[in-house]
Amino acid sequence: MSLLSPEDWQAITLTLRLAGVVTAILLVVGTPLAWWLARTRSSLRGVIGAVVALPLVLPPSVLGFYLLVGMGPNGPLGALTQMLGIGILPFTFAGLVVASVLYSLPFTVQPLQTAFESVGERPLEVAATLRASPLTAFLTVALPLSWPGYLSAAILTFAHTVGEFGVVLMMGGNLPGITRVVSVQIYDHVEALDYAQAHRLSAVMLGFSFLVLLLLYTRRGARKNLA
Amino acid sequence: MSTLAIRCRLDRGSFCLDVDLALPAHGVTVLFGPSGSGKTTLLRLIAGLERAPGARITLNNEVWDDGRHLTPTHRRPIGYVFQEASLFPHLTARANIDYGRRRSAQQLGDTAFTDLIARLGISSMLDRKPDQLSGGERQRVAIARALATRPKLLLMDEPLAALDQARKQDFLPYLERLHDELDIPMLYVTHSPDEAARLADYMVVLDAGSVRAAGSLSEVFARTDLPLAQDDEAGVVWEGQIEQHDAAYHLSRLNCGGGALWVRATDKPLGTSLRVRILARDVSLTLTPQTDTSILNILPATVRSISADAQSAQALVWLNAGGLDAGVALCARITRRSVDRLGLRPGMPVWAQIKSVALLR
Repeated sequence: MSLLSPEDWQAITLTLRLAGVVTAILLVVGTPLAWWLARTRSSLRGVIGAVVALPLVLPPSVLGFYLLVGMGPNGPLGALTQMLGIGILPFTFAGLVVASVLYSLPFTVQPLQTAFESVGERPLEVAATLRASPLTAFLTVALPLSWPGYLSAAILTFAHTVGEFGVVLMMGGNLPGITRVVSVQIYDHVEALDYAQAHRLSAVMLGFSFLVLLLLYTRRGARKNLA
Repeated sequence: MSTLAIRCRLDRGSFCLDVDLALPAHGVTVLFGPSGSGKTTLLRLIAGLERAPGARITLNNEVWDDGRHLTPTHRRPIGYVFQEASLFPHLTARANIDYGRRRSAQQLGDTAFTDLIARLGISSMLDRKPDQLSGGERQRVAIARALATRPKLLLMDEPLAALDQARKQDFLPYLERLHDELDIPMLYVTHSPDEAARLADYMVVLDAGSVRAAGSLSEVFARTDLPLAQDDEAGVVWEGQIEQHDAAYHLSRLNCGGGALWVRATDKPLGTSLRVRILARDVSLTLTPQTDTSILNILPATVRSISADAQSAQALVWLNAGGLDAGVALCARITRRSVDRLGLRPGMPVWAQIKSVALLR
């Protein structure tokens, strides 16, 4: 444990916890959204699809800035959370989770949407002729046939959340054990000109990222599920 | 009598399906027509997989769709066999069959289940996944899966389309056996006159979204105004009872109303009803009965009408075999030159020489 300081370990634990919670939430929230996007004929499809994809192109600082303002004491979301007795979300772990959910949304929704689209209409029609209600058909047919998409979505979402920086800095700041994730910790080391520490932690991140992508790309047929 | 009634109008720009049909809810009804004629859409409407505003679909006294209240597909007592077997790839054959079986209102008992899979010849392959089955095996599993829900109506959308010719010949007996042994009304979509002739009791001919003809199999095949008559496989279908077996020559004699036909011997007892198909190209005409010919079946007939054929050298001569009023329809495809040489006219008596008779079942 001499390689990494206790603060580094704290940042790593916090990062993994954040990525885990965000992945779990997004798989649940992303499923109906991706299902709708994959099957709807509504004219809203394009608009919603674009909104979901926004974090792919938006600078994280822009997203972080809007969230900071919106969820702050004078923002509409802030007013709502205060009214509900939750308090103000920026600079809390919960705030970081909310921000990360929005930030990583396309990394969950797009692989799931692709998976659902490749399952197609036919298996669900077959299930309907075999007396399965739409919900049963989803659970017993669409879900098992889409599992490669779920695996891709989970890996990508987890990895992407681990790698976020700008949104965290804007929304969460730099509170040890609460919002100071690995990427922020590295930034701190560099700011303090502690390059040795920054090197070690960066190497951990590099190794982790490579392993994740290796896992993703060596899985058979996984590539087609990448957004 | 039980009836499946469908009335609907579905407008999709270039394609419009407009039908008002009352079909017998017993035996096999074949929906026949070229691709794009609306057969599959009609089948999907009956299954509830497709919707048409203002449609009305009833089976006996059950209303499935009255334009306002729609019974969703999973609550309709149907079995549906798609063109491709569409087995769930993540489940074994057995689990595929069980999927619908355990969800149906009245569960198929174990004895009936064993009987069903034996009948379809799939007992030995139940534990295999769909990708370990051949096309024909997959389609048999799909039929078992549909039947295991104990449907009140079986809908089949060209179940043989994905099979090659040899597989089709293997497969048809399974369908015929279902037809003979199960008391489930069947709606069967096909564009093959051969399948229609073998399976149909009742037949509906669709063209460009509307009904061109509906009636019994022999009625529809005898219609001179349908595209069916222009087909290379044009011909008529006769039903007849076995009235004599000739053991020495391995032949059986059928009484077909229009006359007696010798066909290759069957092991069925006397009195059994058989269905035969006589293609127009296998019938030739003479003005006097020939005695020095190898052709076995020569029947007196009367010319009913003469119509042009798709090929300009030929004509279709429609005949009544066995008397102009009581007789049954027969069709001969001969050259126009022969028509003129023999001076054929409606009402003229001729002799029809039938070169070959296909025993359907």
